[in-house]
Formats: sequence, C-alpha cells, structure tokens
Amino acid sequence: MKIAVCIKRVADSETRVKIAADGKSLDEAGVKFILNPYDEFAVEEALRRKEQAGAGEVVVIACGSGASQETIRTALAMGADRGVLLETAAVPADGLAVARALAAELKDGGYDLVLFGKMAIDDYNHQVGPMTAELLGLPCVTCVAHLDLAAGKGTAQREVEGGMEEVEFPLPAVLTVDKGLNEPRYPALKGIMAAKKKPLEVKPTTLGASGLEVLAMTPPPERKEGRIVGEGAAAIPELIKLLREEAKVL
Amino acid sequence: MSNVLAILEQRDGTLRKVSHEVVTGARRLADALGGEVHAFVCAAGPISGVDAAGRHGADMVITATNAAFGSYAPEGYARTIAERAQAGGYAAVVCAASAQGKDLAPRVAARLGVSLAADITDVGVDGGAVVVTRPVYAGKALLKVRVASKPAVLSLRPNVFTPVERPKAGTAESVAAAGEGGRVVVKGITAAAAGALDVAEAPIVVSGGRGLKEPANFKLLEELAHAFGGRAAVGASRAVVDAGWRPHGDQVGQTGKTVSPSLYIAIGISGAIQHLAGMRTAKVIVAINKDKDAPIYKIADYGVVGDLFEIVPRLTEEIRKLNG
Repeated sequence: MKIAVCIKRVADSETRVKIAADGKSLDEAGVKFILNPYDEFAVEEALRRKEQAGAGEVVVIACGSGASQETIRTALAMGADRGVLLETAAVPADGLAVARALAAELKDGGYDLVLFGKMAIDDYNHQVGPMTAELLGLPCVTCVAHLDLAAGKGTAQREVEGGMEEVEFPLPAVLTVDKGLNEPRYPALKGIMAAKKKPLEVKPTTLGASGLEVLAMTPPPERKEGRIVGEGAAAIPELIKLLREEAKVL
Repeated sequence: MSNVLAILEQRDGTLRKVSHEVVTGARRLADALGGEVHAFVCAAGPISGVDAAGRHGADMVITATNAAFGSYAPEGYARTIAERAQAGGYAAVVCAASAQGKDLAPRVAARLGVSLAADITDVGVDGGAVVVTRPVYAGKALLKVRVASKPAVLSLRPNVFTPVERPKAGTAESVAAAGEGGRVVVKGITAAAAGALDVAEAPIVVSGGRGLKEPANFKLLEELAHAFGGRAAVGASRAVVDAGWRPHGDQVGQTGKTVSPSLYIAIGISGAIQHLAGMRTAKVIVAINKDKDAPIYKIADYGVVGDLFEIVPRLTEEIRKLNG
C-alpha cells in the first residue's frame, strides 16, 4: 500500500498566544512547535495499514517554512519512509492555496490512500483535506474515527451530532482522521536515529494568490472579572438567583 | 449580484435547528449587501419545518430533490450546491460549521475554485467586500479576514448566530437535482443515547474534569444535564478523555471541540489553557472546584468553591425545581 500523509507544523496547544508586531500573525518567539496532533493519528494509521499489508510506502508531505523539516522528521521517526517539504515562506490563511500545492504534488504519486488530520489546531480550517480530494477528483471521507479497509473499498465511521455516521467509499480515497481512530506511537530512540538518514526532499514552492486577506489578529475580548458566589452547597440558591436575574440564562 | 445562498441542513426529512442560524447569518449579510436570501436544501422529498426559513428571513426556499439525497450525499450535495451557486451568481454561500457543513463547505468551495472562510463568528460588509471574524488557536486569538473571492463561501460556528425572526414571503419551490449521489455513500447514523445533544450545539454544557475522581461519577453530571430538560450536553476535559473515562466526541478544548453555549458549567476542571481556549466564548461560565485558586475562576462569571459531590446534587435539585 502506498500511502501519503499530509502534515502540518503548528504551535503547541499550551501556547499562550502573543500577537506579532504586524498585528496579523502569531509572535513565534519562544513558541514550541509540534506535529499537529490530528496528523499524528494520520501518520499512525498509515503506518499500521502498511504494516498490515506487509509492504508499501508511507510518504509524509508538508507545506510550510523550512522549519517544517523538523516536523517531517518527527513523522519519519514514528516510522514513515520518506518526506517531502513543499517549502513556502509561510502558510496562508487560505486552505485552497495549500490544497492546490498538495494536489499538484500528490497527483501522479499513485497513492492508494491519502491521509490528513481532520484539522490543524492553529487555524481550525477543517478544509485542506476535502479540498485536495476535490482537486484530485478522489472520493473523500472526513473526521474518520473508525476505519475498515478491504480490497478496493472501505467503510468509515465519523462523528455527527448525536451519533456516528457510517460511510462506504471506494479506494483510492482521501481521508481526514479524528481523535479516537488509534493511539499514536511515540518515536523510539532507534526511530529518531533512523529518521535522520531517511530521504527528505525539499521543493521550493510558490503558492497561488490567497482569496482570504488577513486584516488583523486580535486577542479575544476579555471576560469581565467574575466572582466567587460562595462556598459549598449553601451557595447554590444564590447562584441560581444570579443565573436567573443577572445573567438571565435560566 | 448581491444575493446570498443559505444552505439548510436536514436529517431524516426534518430541518435541523442549526439551519435557523444559517438563515439568520445569511439575512444579516444580505441586508448589508442589499440582496435577497435564497435558502437551499438538498433532500429526497419535502422537508418538514422548511417554512421556518421564511420566518427567519429567506426570500425564497428551494428544495433540490434527488432520490439519493435522503441521507447526506457528500459529492451529490456539493455538486448540486456548486451548480446552483454558479447559476445564481450569488455574492455569498453560507452554511453551518456543523459536522455536515464542515465536510460540505470545502467541497463546494473547491468546486467553485474559491476560498472558504470556515467557522466564522461574525460577518459584515466593508467597502463592498465580505469581512468575517474567525477564531484561531481555539479562540486564543481572533482573525479579521476580508474574503476576496466570489462567491464568498462561509461556514458559521453553531450557537453564535442566534436565530432572529424576520418574516419574509418565503416563496417555496422544489427543483429536481440531476445526477447521482456520488461515490461516498452514507449508510446511516447510529444514534448515541436518544435525544443526546452534541456539546458543540447544545445551549447548555455541563463539563467534568479530573475532579470527578472516577468515570462512574459522571452520572452526577448526566443527572444535572438531564435536569435542564433536553437542552444540555455533557462535556469533558482532555485529561478525562485521554484517560478513557469519556468519549472523544465530548472533549472541549483546543484538541477537542470549541463551544459557545449560553451556559457552561465547569465541574472539577482546573482550567488548563487548552481547555479555556475551547469554552471561553460561552456567554456565561460557572465554575465549581475545590481549589479557589484554580485558573478556571479567572474566566468564570460565577464560582462556587467546595466539594463538588455535595454541590452538584444540590444544583441538580434546584434546576429540577425550576424546570419542574
């Protein structure tokens, strides 16, 4: 099985967001960057599918700045075979621009499966996977939390409001994966050493014009200072009164 | 053209409530652009509740019928909507950032060759261009974005665009949608507990963390949620989801769901930054924790300090009395 996993370098979820001097982006000083957590599930799934098939190749593809090489190495340390970096100055707000670059890279790759995390925890765009699928003309299932693959087709479950949706699709396909699909492995020391020698091709890439122009990044509105209503169950009548009369939510 | 195409959502032949929010958001945008709202729904036949679109400000309601459109048909829906968007020359296409909308909107945008502004919390018009606000880093920052592409494809975060009644004539028509459902086939939905609400859509969320001590104690939260009479969902912190106490779909936070309910009750949750990011846009936050210095109290409107095992049952009792 030949599987591509499209990954992204993102700021760690514990990051305290500071806005850069341009007023439009994250101040990256002191920020720890990681492999997008949802992409970890995608890498893990690809490795398991290859292991089950007994043969194949897992190719990790990222679009981003040179620093994304480090993120690709993390996936290689988990066990992926090789990496490709579509190197750009920055990743734009526009998912379509990224999807176009990825689709061009994937197009003639002969992949049986293309995996993405369901979203990146920085921009919450939830869109590059299905857009890439549309551009490639491939079937796509998003937010896959359970997956069965058989010859030439698959069954997936995805979470919808109030239940799980069961979906059938033919292969090759593009899937975006959700938490719960698997438990990603930690790279072992041996894997980390091996990753240093695995092929990582860097391709300078120019992204097309973005249809989304970022005007400003601002901190969220401060919440008004709250108050401690009281201690213990005795405070509940007062809490109820405040929720009814002051907050008017009951 | 300055008209807005509002994509409604149906399940099993009934309009989903999130559709009212979509029409409300579309109306706001259409008013700013000086155009009409055309509500559009893909279905296998007539949809019950579709007239609500007229009540919330749709000038026209169009049902696109196809035998394959009973359940969500990702490719068929995307094709039908993209064709309509193109034929109608709309200024914007608006849908919900629901499970279905998150899947559908990128497909529609890609087919139209335009960008998608996803999960937006505000929309307006500035100098003729659509300008939206969307949270990034799970709400730790807000991005103001000008959408240059035409049509502007937008998905609206659930629970943010409070439905407003704006009655319009709402002429209804039904058109046959040609073509097939597509290669990706939805076989059905296995429902969770009957009437269970999703944390991302519930108007009230009761969330628990490690302070609950063990999974079985989430029963206390389920009882409290139940006392709200079908309006509340139970959420969870990352720590308890990672520990396997609660399903992944219940997780609130940066690596889970971001929620904006009218009332969020955090119980036994200290308030890690990645959790706070996921719920800070709730209208009212109540925190119940034994540690009065817990970070959760910094963003909570109301706090009760003490033993949750004593406080929560009392709260449940009082809520029951109210809903009576």
